[in-house]
Amino acid sequence: MSEPSPISAADVVHVATLARLELTAGEVEMFTEQLASILGHAADVAALDLEGLEPTAHPLELLNVVRPDVVQASLDRPVVLAAAPKVLDDRFAVPRIVGEEP
Amino acid sequence: MTAVDIAAGVRSGTLRAADAIETSLRAIAATDGDVHAFLAIYDDDARATAAAIDDRVASGEDPGPLAGVPIALKDNLCHNGRVTSCASRILEGWRSPYDATVVERLEAAGAVVVGKTNMDEFAMGSSTENSAFGPTANPRNTDRVPGGSSGGSAAAVASSMVPISLGSDTGGSIRQPASFCGVVGVKPTYGLVSRYGLVAFASSLDQIGPFSTTVADSALLLEVIAGHDKRDSTSLESPAPSLLSHLHDGVEGLRVGLCPELIEGASPKIAERITIAADALTANGAELVEVALPELRYGLSAYYLLAPAEASSNLARYDGVRYGLRVDADDVAAMNVATRTQGFGDEVKRRIMLGTYALSAGYYDAYYGKAQRVRTMIIQAFDRVYQSVDLLLGATTPTVAFELGAKVADPMEMYLSDVYTIPTNLAGHPALSVPFGTAEDDLPVGVQLLGPALSEVQLFRAAQVLEQEAGR
Repeated sequence: MSEPSPISAADVVHVATLARLELTAGEVEMFTEQLASILGHAADVAALDLEGLEPTAHPLELLNVVRPDVVQASLDRPVVLAAAPKVLDDRFAVPRIVGEEP
Repeated sequence: MTAVDIAAGVRSGTLRAADAIETSLRAIAATDGDVHAFLAIYDDDARATAAAIDDRVASGEDPGPLAGVPIALKDNLCHNGRVTSCASRILEGWRSPYDATVVERLEAAGAVVVGKTNMDEFAMGSSTENSAFGPTANPRNTDRVPGGSSGGSAAAVASSMVPISLGSDTGGSIRQPASFCGVVGVKPTYGLVSRYGLVAFASSLDQIGPFSTTVADSALLLEVIAGHDKRDSTSLESPAPSLLSHLHDGVEGLRVGLCPELIEGASPKIAERITIAADALTANGAELVEVALPELRYGLSAYYLLAPAEASSNLARYDGVRYGLRVDADDVAAMNVATRTQGFGDEVKRRIMLGTYALSAGYYDAYYGKAQRVRTMIIQAFDRVYQSVDLLLGATTPTVAFELGAKVADPMEMYLSDVYTIPTNLAGHPALSVPFGTAEDDLPVGVQLLGPALSEVQLFRAAQVLEQEAGR
């Protein structure tokens, strides 16, 4: 596998968009430089030949963990909604979702 | 006073929990203005809890193994009804609607929570300078950082504001600040301590663990918080280890490995302290074995792909809808962006973007996939070495505590301070840092003991010997 090309300012803007972040021009410049430095260190990993090694996602052997199918109390709705920034009719309220004028 | 002494005194009726708490609160009032270890102090609640414990003792009850012991919690641990901010603007003022399992166990054991401690935002950092609420100073020299990300918990113990505290360790966030502040810090085996109620950073690496001034106090605290929890599906079935009963078993016959990879790059005086620690262990009957773990050199690079990848996914939940900060905007997508842009600090943004990049199409195989295979390589390397040794001894950090501000502008430089601690997290193994004298600039330094999964008993036995020999 070939080594990936260095991260560009356009890449940084793209991942910021994917991650729901907005960057100023100055931030794009700063983060591009910093992420390039970090990914430069990771080049040694990208260059390794690791054929035959399985990936590890977790230190434990992950198995399905199930409990008896018995109804249990969960947090009360008022407790949960009390933490919400905005509530309407016992629901989380958000600004409009579709981009048209109401 | 140590936690062991306070609990023994309170349980036997020779010490009042109320007095233990007043001592702690007075120390906080006198010291925290300079150190800023705490984000919240619960004086009234702590006094009320202590009074209730004293009443129980008076009526013949035993409040438990941590009776009347003041404890501080890193601010990423949920405490019902109290603010859990993760030192982030995005969770500023958010009150947890439930207790973390560790908090339940502490309170059931008679401990008294006196406050929440400062940290790098969402536990991302190695100096506690990434807190949205200002940095913490190292109590041994207030021009220096306490380390991080659990810097507040380390500093609170190092300055005797509390005898014990809890932190979390994803890549060294307990052991590195313990070393910088001159206290004991333990990262338990992955799954030994429930993560229920710990705000997630990198779920396959995060683990809660103790800080204390003595090895015995960390043993006592870990015994209380460890053990299976059905609310954490990654919790091990194994019971809490019996640490205190084996604490003084010594190291006779224990095979301790020394490998260059856990020493190379360390400052001259830290390297010298490792040699002296190795001598101390052999003088007590341990057998020293030279081993090689060249695979560990790839740990840091792999970690800074894997942990941000998990973080980018975990932190997607902060969207301004259900809890935490909301910055209003015309539509939902713009509200999400405005909330996250204003709510997260630079280091958190950096890691979210790094993780998003490592997981994105075209880069997944080269970065994330490779890093996962490096993780396998490191686990196999440890497995190989633990065939011939029981424990490994090495440095906790390459340097003593650095100056506040020294590494803020260069994230990669900051990340390098975790080089010796990260492999343990990748493998899910336990490790601890125990104070072992001073190094450069007369600042404290810890040495690190590492072992295979569930080797806590041996780690604590060796740490106890090093504590007794730290004056060498």
